[in-house]
Amino acid sequence: MTELATYNFAYLDEQTKRMIRRAILKAIAIPGYQVPFASREMPMPYGWGTGGVQLTAAIIGPQDVLKVIDQGADDTTNAVSIRAFFQKVANVAVTTRTEEATIIQTRHRIPETKLNANQVLVYQVPTPEPLRYLEPRETETRKMHALEEYGLMHVKLYEDIARNGRIATTYAYPVKVAGRYVMDPSPTPKFDNPKMHLSDALQLFGAGREKRIYAVPPYTEVVSLDFEDHPFEVQRFDKPCTLCGAEQVYLDEVILDDKGGRMFVCSDTDFCEDRRAHGHVGPMLAPNGPAADGLPGSKEAAE
Amino acid sequence: MTDTPLLKVKDISKFYGSRIGCRDVSFELWPGEVLAIVGESGSGKTTLLNCISTRLLPTTGSVEYHMRDETYRDLFRMNEAERRFLMRTDWGFVHQNPADGLRMTVSAGANVGERLMAIGNRHYGNIRNTAIDWLERVEIDADRIDDQPRAFSGGMRQRLQIARNLVTGPRLVFMDEPTGGLDVSVQARLLDLVRGLVNDLGLSAIIVTHDLAVARLLSHRMMVMKDGYVIEHGLTDRVLDDPREPYTQLLVSSILQV
Repeated sequence: MTELATYNFAYLDEQTKRMIRRAILKAIAIPGYQVPFASREMPMPYGWGTGGVQLTAAIIGPQDVLKVIDQGADDTTNAVSIRAFFQKVANVAVTTRTEEATIIQTRHRIPETKLNANQVLVYQVPTPEPLRYLEPRETETRKMHALEEYGLMHVKLYEDIARNGRIATTYAYPVKVAGRYVMDPSPTPKFDNPKMHLSDALQLFGAGREKRIYAVPPYTEVVSLDFEDHPFEVQRFDKPCTLCGAEQVYLDEVILDDKGGRMFVCSDTDFCEDRRAHGHVGPMLAPNGPAADGLPGSKEAAE
Repeated sequence: MTDTPLLKVKDISKFYGSRIGCRDVSFELWPGEVLAIVGESGSGKTTLLNCISTRLLPTTGSVEYHMRDETYRDLFRMNEAERRFLMRTDWGFVHQNPADGLRMTVSAGANVGERLMAIGNRHYGNIRNTAIDWLERVEIDADRIDDQPRAFSGGMRQRLQIARNLVTGPRLVFMDEPTGGLDVSVQARLLDLVRGLVNDLGLSAIIVTHDLAVARLLSHRMMVMKDGYVIEHGLTDRVLDDPREPYTQLLVSSILQV
């Protein structure tokens, strides 16, 4: 790799990494608190994961194995380009297998496979401030965090119920971390919120444009906000994954044709492939299953 | 009325650079009492109100408040968390422009319920029932509960703002020109409502207004301000019927007679 000479290891210079690591340490010390940091220009546009990439670059070492997912998939543009970026600038091993990875950078999903204590989950965050849409002033939201004034968060959930009869927030569902800070878990579906609670893995959140880093240390309480008479619920799917037959996982809808044909498959591609490799089959791949274009009943498979 | 004042204001002055906002204002407010601050534009009424309500830091002076635990606390020596808690539970602030006091993008029910949620109420059904109750008390139909305030008329917005402030059962309400910008019949209805609520709930209130009719209808006592100073202070009927200061006489005689 001769072109490595033109880059410092993992792209960022050592002073920048030091600055980011200090922010990470502070974030871990105060779970859920948004630590400001001097976000750098990265060779990709804002909104493509510049915060997550800076976190990964600051913590990655030559021995690490990196996995990058976007909406659960390893093969989408964002995931492929970030993975290629780190292969080039850090020459680290990359994988699509969740169990093998030591650092998993993610956009919008937490892997279905339970993470372990040797893994770090790095989230790409567009809007770190959970109170933002109701309170546009940064000075005011900081004060609200400092004084633990989180009534406004419930105003949002109240509005949801008043308009839709239930809490209709399905992603970026606000959580309270370690009984203190209310945090935006990035646009992950609320299906993944319970996985954050008492997780074995360290979870880091980076917002490049907004210049904020926050963290959930391992084994930290993460509680989704709710009302006593409208408790927190995750999305449910009444049909298993069409390809691997998995239940209790988050499914993506895939449109098959313009006649209303569609199927629901695991959003976590690695999880789905792994199950199929172990011989699990869903309705579409089953020997006597319905043909792909038919798929009767799949229309009401999702919530 | 009891023998301990609810609020003791001592020598409040506020300077904007070398300009005087208000100067050496002292008074006491008693439980259940409504005090009107009147005067022309620029006389320092709103500055004084903002200083007393801790929205503005006065240059000198102190404001002591009789807390529910029977102790007096200097508002400017409290920490910010305590002060903000006081402001959203034991106090209310009604702005002249309802858009300043309401969240215009959330429904009327959420506006009324916000203070309840802020003090830890976590039962949607209870919050909603309380909101409906309060909307009815300020004469807004219960079926408007899910409408946003931007769909309300000016008078309804002002009434919604009052409901939002009173839902936690405050003991002291600050009102800055509560009837400004409303037409006369809506004003009359709002005044009637406020008078009823103040009587029913035994509220203390400090009302800033340039409209002497509002002061006459609502207040027990009034202070007349000019150029930052309080020039006359007394029972409302006394001040309006027998004004002593030349400026007050001018003010009273400038009321339009129909």
